[in-house]
Amino acid sequence: MDNILNQIGIENYIFLSVILFCIGVFGVLYRRNAIVVFMSIEIMLNAVNLLFAAFSTYHQDAQGQVFVFFSMAVAAAEVAVGLAILVSIFRNMHTIDVGNLKNLKG
Amino acid sequence: MNTLIAISGLGVLCLLFEIFNFRKAIVPVTIIGLLAILGLTYAEFNAPASFYNNMIVVSKFSAVFSALFIVLTVFLIALSHDFYEDHQTKISDFIAIKIFMLAGAVAMVSFGNLAMFFLGIEVLSISLYILAASNRLNVKSNEAGMKYFLMGSFASGIILFGICFIYGAMGSFDVAEITEWSRSAELPIWFPIGITLVTIGMLFKIAAVPFHFWAPDVYEGSPTLTTTTMSTLVKVVAIATLYKLLTAMNADLSDTYINIIIVISIASMTVGNIMALKQNNVKRMLAFSGISHAGFMLMTLLNISNSAGNLLYYTTAYSLSGIAAFAVILYVCKNKNNEDIANFNGLGKNNPLMAAVLTASLLSMAGIPIFAGFFAKMFLFTQTIEAGYLIVVIAAVINSIISVGYYFKLILAMYNKEANEEATKTPFVLYAVAIVSILLNIVLGLFPSVVLDLLG
Repeated sequence: MDNILNQIGIENYIFLSVILFCIGVFGVLYRRNAIVVFMSIEIMLNAVNLLFAAFSTYHQDAQGQVFVFFSMAVAAAEVAVGLAILVSIFRNMHTIDVGNLKNLKG
Repeated sequence: MNTLIAISGLGVLCLLFEIFNFRKAIVPVTIIGLLAILGLTYAEFNAPASFYNNMIVVSKFSAVFSALFIVLTVFLIALSHDFYEDHQTKISDFIAIKIFMLAGAVAMVSFGNLAMFFLGIEVLSISLYILAASNRLNVKSNEAGMKYFLMGSFASGIILFGICFIYGAMGSFDVAEITEWSRSAELPIWFPIGITLVTIGMLFKIAAVPFHFWAPDVYEGSPTLTTTTMSTLVKVVAIATLYKLLTAMNADLSDTYINIIIVISIASMTVGNIMALKQNNVKRMLAFSGISHAGFMLMTLLNISNSAGNLLYYTTAYSLSGIAAFAVILYVCKNKNNEDIANFNGLGKNNPLMAAVLTASLLSMAGIPIFAGFFAKMFLFTQTIEAGYLIVVIAAVINSIISVGYYFKLILAMYNKEANEEATKTPFVLYAVAIVSILLNIVLGLFPSVVLDLLG
């Protein structure tokens, strides 16, 4: 494991994670379908998980990998709540387009 | 540590009450339980310690802020009984979620490890997403829940990324070790990037400009009691956590960082106040007022090594007056489908006591003497001038004057306009919460040293 990390270099892992994270950010900002927005949030969190695993190997320290479990559990709980909110929006408004959420303005 | 365990236990107990059909007793028992837990925080205040490999570090700071959160939760739960009158079958869920939210809040101020910090902030936010969307047949509540969920999980992602970079730089999540190493060696560039990302995420949660755009919509759409929770408890939790994080991470903030905080602080005050001037919905107005107060609270970060006492005093004054104001709003807007200022017309004649409480709490937020809000601002300004940031204080004073404008709009509506309907009966609990919180506010105004010296 250590060998591979030396060959590839920690920087490349960081670049990959940053790119994935930015893809997630732009997905949240530009996509209008709520499901796709949820997916983009998951991409952001998983990009971070990837970087945690890389740093964990880089430091030869298991804490980072344990943290990934926490963040995966939290992400699952978060999306469960988000989907529940989405279902109630769909029941009331018959759409899951985030752009239609315009009742609150001022 | 015992506080955290006891609060989580109380949350589970609330859920068990539902099974055994003790719904009627749930509010009183929870309040008594929370008051007992308040005693535990007193014991922790005198005995700082760390638990489970530094996962939880109990200090004076964490004990005092936990006590403040518990007091605020007691008020919020006392208000729950009347607010959820039509949803009696679900009351145990609502109360349990609030108690678990409190557990998250306590974890956030007493973390000793970034994992605990992250779990705390997520427990707090996930509970709030549920509460914001809890009125599921109302389109506005749904929308508020969705917007809060999207913004909240976006901010969580940024915080997580920041934590990851800090871990990459330090090779540890332990706050004590990070503090030690952040002073000594040559640091990788990842460390400041991580700190910046975590700060941005926390500014989202505090709703400081330019990360404030979600706040007015979410505050307006959520059920009023949830808005109360967000504008008092959650704001205080977030600012206290940011303060603790920054003290732990970089005791000597760099000049660039200070400049950014100055800009954000002034921008929050100005934008919040100016936008609040033209609002017609009271919840929205208080949301913008909350944004401007976030700017005031951020001023404590300029003098980070010894402003903990001032931060505690300011947050206590702000949240107590917020609870009092929202208790009156809950009464006035109970059976209305909006919260426009017109609903408050003639309250001074219909219900002089409630009108007086609302006036007092608004005056406290505006910073008029004898209320705690005035002294909070005075101590904060004095300390900031002594630290040499005169320009922030000038902006803050101008903003305090602007804020009087919209607070008086509401006060004038109560006393100068005719009521359009008869007075309704006020539930006793609303009176009790409103009066107790505003009295606490006045007492703190008369004896500021009681709170200030706790973290002096």
